[in-house]
Amino acid sequence: MDVKDIINPENFVYGKSKVLTDTVMHYCPGCSHGVVHKLLAEVIEEMDIQDKTIGVSPVGCAVFAYKYIDIDWQQAAHGRAPALATATKRLYPDKYVVAYQGDGDLASIGTAEIIHACNRGENIVVIFINNAIYGMTGGQMAPTTLIDMKTATTPYGRSVELNGHPLKITELIAQLEGTCFVTRQAVHTPAGARRTKRAIRKAFENSAQKKGTSLIEVVSTCNSNWKMSPVQANEWMVENMFPFYPLGDLKDR
Amino acid sequence: MAFKGAIVVDTEKCKGCGVCVANCPTQTIALAKKVNSKGYPYCYMEFPDKCTGCSNCAVVCPDSVITVYRVKI
Repeated sequence: MDVKDIINPENFVYGKSKVLTDTVMHYCPGCSHGVVHKLLAEVIEEMDIQDKTIGVSPVGCAVFAYKYIDIDWQQAAHGRAPALATATKRLYPDKYVVAYQGDGDLASIGTAEIIHACNRGENIVVIFINNAIYGMTGGQMAPTTLIDMKTATTPYGRSVELNGHPLKITELIAQLEGTCFVTRQAVHTPAGARRTKRAIRKAFENSAQKKGTSLIEVVSTCNSNWKMSPVQANEWMVENMFPFYPLGDLKDR
Repeated sequence: MAFKGAIVVDTEKCKGCGVCVANCPTQTIALAKKVNSKGYPYCYMEFPDKCTGCSNCAVVCPDSVITVYRVKI
């Protein structure tokens, strides 16, 4: 059978979600943000909640998320996405509210906001992209940077004496009473991306059932600032990030 | 049951990251020698006969440029 015969609307199996806009994403080639945006858009499309979802975009690379996913958005001050999401959810209790944050935003400047929002058990969904570096500002050390990992501000590698230990914020959050679903996923393979999508869907369902805060950490790459190709960065992530940030559900109730 | 597939790539939006190439189970996809108007080598089906339409490439594509079609044979 010829390729031209296969390419036919009736044989369509997978394509771009209708919830994504046609704007070309500004992310670097191979960035995990693009995959997570797509999965979020697919979940919103499948649950048919496009007009009921409000996103909160962070400061960081994902600051322009509002350009790419066609839902209502707010843009929070640095680290304050969970606070803004709390206010939004309390004002519009029947809407789905999703805060989308990076590791510099959530685990550093916004630590207080995320801990307290999760401890209060706000019925919001938090997507946490952990690439162990500050991506937008040029690859400085983040709280989640691994020991001995080279960044712009730790050119000889992160040391415990000078910079302290990497912060496992997801483990901290999993201990809080207000959270109902805390998981760590990755989107470097098709299976991982599909698992992440199921986790995002579950988080939205928890939000509808008023079970508490759901947090999905996505261990991601920053190939530009890691100074690798996208494929090498994925391999580096598997070798170095996964032993310290193991994948799986930390809490599910 | 066997499947045969095909992909359509939005070549102008492809950034040539190569993640689809690494995740294609049948080594169907490769990056083109040519580049698009932004200078990125875009992905294409180098061996169209091998494609099974599994949609793994499209699932991992960060820029959602791949559309997958599949037929039973």
